[in-house]
Amino acid sequence: MSKDDALCGEFFMNGDTACAEGAISAGCRFFAGYPITPATEVAERMSERLPQVGGVFIQMEDEIASMNAILGASWTGVKAMTATSGPGFSLMMENLGLGVMLETPCVLANIQRAGPSTGLPTLVAQGDIMQARWGAHGHYEIVALVPDSPQEMFDLTITAFNLSEQYRVPVLLMADEAVGHMSEKVVMRRINQKELASRPRPKVVPEEYLPYDSREGLVPPMAVAGGGYRFHVTGLTHDDRGYPVMTAEAQDKLIRRLVDKIRLNAKNIIRLEEIGVDDAEVVVVSYGISARIARYAVQKARDEGIKAGLLRLITVWPFAEDRIRELAPKVKAFIVPEINYGQIVREVERCAAGKAKARLVPHMGGSVHLPETVLEAIREEAK
Amino acid sequence: MTKMLTVDTNPVDCYLRVDRIPHIWCAGCGIGPATGCFLRAIDRAELNPDKVAVVSGIGCSGRVAGYIKLDSFHTTHGRALPFATGLKLGNPELNVVVFSGDGDIVAIGGNHLIHSARRNIDMTVICINNFNYGMTGGQMGPTTPLDARSATSPYGNFEYPFNLPYLVAASGATYVARWTVLHLRELERSIAEALTKPGFSFIEVLGPCPTVYGRRNKLPRGMDEMRSYQERSVIRDGADPKDVELSLNGPIVVGKFVDIERPTLWDCYQQMLDRVTKP
Ligand SMILES: Cc1ncc(C[n+]2csc(CCOP(=O)(O)OP(=O)(O)O)c2C)c(N)n1
Ligand code: SF4
Ligand SMILES: [Mg+2]
Repeated sequence: MSKDDALCGEFFMNGDTACAEGAISAGCRFFAGYPITPATEVAERMSERLPQVGGVFIQMEDEIASMNAILGASWTGVKAMTATSGPGFSLMMENLGLGVMLETPCVLANIQRAGPSTGLPTLVAQGDIMQARWGAHGHYEIVALVPDSPQEMFDLTITAFNLSEQYRVPVLLMADEAVGHMSEKVVMRRINQKELASRPRPKVVPEEYLPYDSREGLVPPMAVAGGGYRFHVTGLTHDDRGYPVMTAEAQDKLIRRLVDKIRLNAKNIIRLEEIGVDDAEVVVVSYGISARIARYAVQKARDEGIKAGLLRLITVWPFAEDRIRELAPKVKAFIVPEINYGQIVREVERCAAGKAKARLVPHMGGSVHLPETVLEAIREEAK
Repeated sequence: MTKMLTVDTNPVDCYLRVDRIPHIWCAGCGIGPATGCFLRAIDRAELNPDKVAVVSGIGCSGRVAGYIKLDSFHTTHGRALPFATGLKLGNPELNVVVFSGDGDIVAIGGNHLIHSARRNIDMTVICINNFNYGMTGGQMGPTTPLDARSATSPYGNFEYPFNLPYLVAASGATYVARWTVLHLRELERSIAEALTKPGFSFIEVLGPCPTVYGRRNKLPRGMDEMRSYQERSVIRDGADPKDVELSLNGPIVVGKFVDIERPTLWDCYQQMLDRVTKP
């Protein structure tokens, strides 16, 4: 196998393994992690594959260290990732915030299990969706993708790297135990170099370089350590030079840019799958493993003559606000099956703004919804 | 009559972000002199400054990275070492230096300290031990001597402190030294040595914190603590780290305690890569 050999072809593999292979195909050459069910298989695969392609795998002493190590590695110009689940995701939050503040491209896969605390270590949930959005302190924007199959674990890991490089922001792959552990056919295409984004690089000489040059637009060029730029970056509020400035004005300028670079590009970031939404009276909004069950329920409803549709969120953050606002006046209800006691339903309700009902179909975790439960909700709302 | 000698620039100005001076440190603080030693050691060790990366955590000592005109990273409290680990493994050509405080490296970051030493990752750690958390107003920490007063040990500290050279040597560091900021020449030489030595090098630097530690412990000015270093320190190169424990008023053993050879993390990783790629 040559140094940059990504796997190509058709494979039968689980979602975690497909995630690792997607990372290799995306050019990821650094992984730092700490074992945790149900994400361990990502680390195990990376420990086998990265040495084969000349990359670095390191098992750190905890998830705090793992998160920091990928940030450090990213500043050397390497594409870096980690993978974890609930307890580890919680430990990573402070330094996810550091990644946001330093504008460091990296990918963090969270293979969700049921919580809070140790919860159900081996069983599925989707309880970390709001944590993905707001888990670190302070106000920021993040990008989070939700795969619904091993195939998407592969594809969306590549997308995650591309978005993180393009916008200089940590990107979250919010998978769940069911998708991480299920095995299915995964087609790994040969990824063309042109399909891979890389962070903007400085075009000026070191003397003129500003690490957070806001004149360069919302995403400033990023130097690499050891490249002669002798730059400074800090988790403190900073100016274009990367120097700390402890004023409300500096905070205003910085936070607006950090948020706006995602907000104003939301249209380019958001990915949705829609089935029968255009003429639907009832739209099921779902994501991840729950969306697979919803897909079946929507099909059954259509068979019964109900005008049902599925809006699958591939990007949960930024949230598809515009699409929900557009649909709200046209539909009777949105139905939101999710494996938690109500997270994305709040977003749907906010955007529906009273124009359509937003109905939660909750599940506390440990297993998935019965298709019948979702179908019943569709029938009731279609009446 | 003596003439005042004025100089426009200092030889290490090229390594300083002079546009950020004045710095935040108090008069009499030990962090500045230790920083000066580090900057001079870069030249003494003949490093390519473009390949030096400095990583700090949070604290008064954690502000060092911000004043150094090299690739410099001001991270989160306690996490300089794992961040530095990513830098070093991402680009093994970098000479990675962690410059931070006792609370940062040993309390909240203590786990990373022992594991970094265990891995023998090639980097240099300069740990300013001012016996307390300076930045947050002088609370006790894992290096505060027994009976010392602090903002959170108003009746005297009732916890035993770490003996840092012993901890780090036992964890696997291949270079371990301790100096005070009174020992400027020795410190500079020692940092230069550590910078060129492969493997995990750890230098504990005792420095005064008159503002929040000294004034609670009968050492109200920086000079008072410097005088106490002068009276109490003994140079014992090669001393067994287990014998160099510090106490409130006892002797301060300084010197180079450990200087041994052991393959670095990167050496071992390369060996593994060879096994993988050359069947
Ligand atoms: C997670 C977290 N907890 C607490 C703090 C508050 N804090 C800032 S600096 C510091 C202690 C610094 O002590 P030390 O590393 O010894 O540095 P010094 O100021 O003494 O040089 C603390 C507790 C923080 N910034 N982050
Ligand atoms: S509080 Fe102490 S450690 Fe901080 S700058 Fe002042 S003297 Fe130095
Ligand atoms: Mg301190």
